[in-house]
Amino acid sequence: MDSVFASIVQAPEDPILGVTVAYNKDPSPNKLNLGVGAYRTEEGKPLVLNVVRKAEQLLVNDQSRVKEYLPILGLAEFNKLSAKLILGDDSPAIQENRVATAQCLSGTGSLRVGAEFLAKHYHQRTIYIPQPSWGNHVKVFTMAGLSVKNYRYYDPTTRGLNFQGLLEDLGAAPAGAIVLLHACAHNPTGVDPTVEQWEQIRQSMRSKGLLPFFDSAYQGFASGSLDADAQPVRMFVADGGECFIAQSYAKNMGLYGERVGALSIVCKAADVASRVESQLKLVIRPMYSNPPIHGASIAMTILKNSDMYNEWKIELKAMADRIISMRKQLFDALSAKGTPGDWSHIIKQIGMFTFTGLDSDQVAFMTKEYHIYMTSDGRISMAGLSSKTVPHLADAIHAAVTRGC
Amino acid sequence: MAIRRAMSGRIMDRTAVFGARYMSSWWRSVQPAPKDPILGVTEAFLADQSPDKVNVGVGAYRDDNGKPVVLECVREAERKIAGNLNMEYLPMGGSVKMVEETLKLAYGENSELIKEKRIAAVQALSGTGACRLFADFQKRFFPDSQIYIPVPTWANHHNIWRDAQVPQKTYHYYHPESKGLDFAAMIDDIKNAPNGSFFLLHACAHNPTGVDPSEEQWREISHHIKAKGHFAFFDMAYQGFASGDPEKDAKAIRIFLEDGHHIGIAQSYAKNMGLYGQRVGCLSVLCEDEKQAVAVKSQLQQLARPMYSNPPVHGALIVSTILSDPDLKKQWLKEVKVMADRIIGMRTALRGNLEKLGSPLSWQHITNQIGMFCYSGLTPEQVDRLTNEFHIYMTRNGRISMAGVTTGNVKYLANAIHEVTK
Repeated sequence: MDSVFASIVQAPEDPILGVTVAYNKDPSPNKLNLGVGAYRTEEGKPLVLNVVRKAEQLLVNDQSRVKEYLPILGLAEFNKLSAKLILGDDSPAIQENRVATAQCLSGTGSLRVGAEFLAKHYHQRTIYIPQPSWGNHVKVFTMAGLSVKNYRYYDPTTRGLNFQGLLEDLGAAPAGAIVLLHACAHNPTGVDPTVEQWEQIRQSMRSKGLLPFFDSAYQGFASGSLDADAQPVRMFVADGGECFIAQSYAKNMGLYGERVGALSIVCKAADVASRVESQLKLVIRPMYSNPPIHGASIAMTILKNSDMYNEWKIELKAMADRIISMRKQLFDALSAKGTPGDWSHIIKQIGMFTFTGLDSDQVAFMTKEYHIYMTSDGRISMAGLSSKTVPHLADAIHAAVTRGC
Repeated sequence: MAIRRAMSGRIMDRTAVFGARYMSSWWRSVQPAPKDPILGVTEAFLADQSPDKVNVGVGAYRDDNGKPVVLECVREAERKIAGNLNMEYLPMGGSVKMVEETLKLAYGENSELIKEKRIAAVQALSGTGACRLFADFQKRFFPDSQIYIPVPTWANHHNIWRDAQVPQKTYHYYHPESKGLDFAAMIDDIKNAPNGSFFLLHACAHNPTGVDPSEEQWREISHHIKAKGHFAFFDMAYQGFASGDPEKDAKAIRIFLEDGHHIGIAQSYAKNMGLYGQRVGCLSVLCEDEKQAVAVKSQLQQLARPMYSNPPVHGALIVSTILSDPDLKKQWLKEVKVMADRIIGMRTALRGNLEKLGSPLSWQHITNQIGMFCYSGLTPEQVDRLTNEFHIYMTRNGRISMAGVTTGNVKYLANAIHEVTK
């Protein structure tokens, strides 16, 4: 029998995963994987937080625990605590029951459920995303039925924010358009607006009635402070307006593969939030019925126990501090070598990633000659660096920038 | 003039700060969604204070004490897993090991098709997730196709293909008069559908009716589907749970494979491994050759990526730990058989009790049907009486979850059914 799928062509390789595939093939002892979007220790190993292990043990030892289906919206307590985490314990939006929250599959799942809800219930079908953004954003929104436009964000000449361009592009967007905002630690550039710039963005967006959709994948992981990293989101909620928030616990709790996240929709009124919540169920049910229990149970255990919560904050800060220290070390190494160019963006940018400014030729050179693996857009994951390997990277960058000079 | 200017200045400031649409919500016109019919049953049950109350709406296994069960093999696997590994992302296609073991269950331990690498397979979010991925895949690569769905079926099937934007048609399945299969009409529908249609089939333990084709009927169904060049997509949510023997429960699939169909299968570990909330399942698509399987798998991954990026690791780890350990696998097979046997025992007991009470009706469908559910034939009005007078909770289509029946409540249940039907 002929296959009905005879004409299906193979999909292109994922650009980021392709980096790790190539890295794994390389026999060199000096190889360095800076494509990985997951935290690594000084020893280059993945990390499971101690507090996560503790939570896991509690769950395993609890014989009364069953594996029944969660409700469609997931664990209620997890949802409440997640909303508090991003909005603040004393958030009026929470106190006034104006927040509809659904446990979803990490950041991706939260974005997709939110986007499907928008495609179904919102009058505007266009979402504006920053240029550049995480590669999967376009696919998520497109699959949900939204059309995607860009707003200027990264300025290659300054390796910082193109603030003028951002304001112009958002100013020109049609009233009511959806705008994707990286809450902190912009992926892939590491370039975040200042507090003052965020305030201007907020004012501009509210005056045009643009709908904010926050992607919060690095709360606590960027600056080391959960509250500081939530500032932009809280500013928008404080003005009483509505917004969507996709939260991920992949990086800040190290729960990557457990797929733990939450979508919160902040509404104007409690009865609206309640109706919105009921409609979220209708989006989720035909997608996967109800979310996975394990990871969210771990997160909830940590969030609701004040000792474990404090332990988590400490471990989280340690991860953020290590990243910040790697930034400083790399910057110092390049300065010491007198590598031409301004490398201060390495310490100005924030979060897991640095947009080095290296072009694809330079990247290819670094891979070939120095066995450095990174995405061709010049993005490096600071999480993949250690004090031991910083010198090697500095050498590679120096060589790439000065060759042919 | 000056006053007017000052006032308009203030108004503009207000607009600048709060936005033209400050006063109203974007979501004013969002309607409250209708309540889920099945969840409503459990809610009402929980609220009932009567000591006699019985919940036969529940779609999850219960032991003879009416308690949810975590299989021993699962507890053992979790003890092994905890503290050992990291929580890194799985690949988009999920756990390779879990998928390998899962394909063996469906296609056969020594399947040539597996050896020839002809099966494109990805880990999915239980049965729902597998069906949804397939529906999205069908939409993307066969945008003009429709899905034929049996009447009745699990309600969420309709939601899944609708949200994937694949138009639906139905085919005859349940025969209310005999409380069995409407076989002739089903075959007619298969013959009348345009060539190359997509058909959704329940591999075993049809939900909600419990009515499965016999082996001979499956062979005929296979023959006619082949003659029309239809695509057969199997939803297998109860392998092992129906007869107690996973090989037996996969018979329909094996018949289709023997006949040379290139099928698709959604598999779930929710019931047969009791992993409900872990959301563990698998979507597989049989292809012509390895090259095609690689291509199809890559496309399935492209659909998973914008939905959840990669599937959850914990449940998959439980499955692969159990299935790749001969002792744990043996234990699992035993425990599945215990669950299936208890259900079959309750069917026998319920029917026996009704006959003992001298019911004028035939209740042989209770033991003819298979799996978790029994389509009792009760009318909505009779169901309402059961709830209001006897505190017995089930969905109004008369579907009884045999998992909710115990030696402790089977007499009471039989008596109540007899009262409302005599």
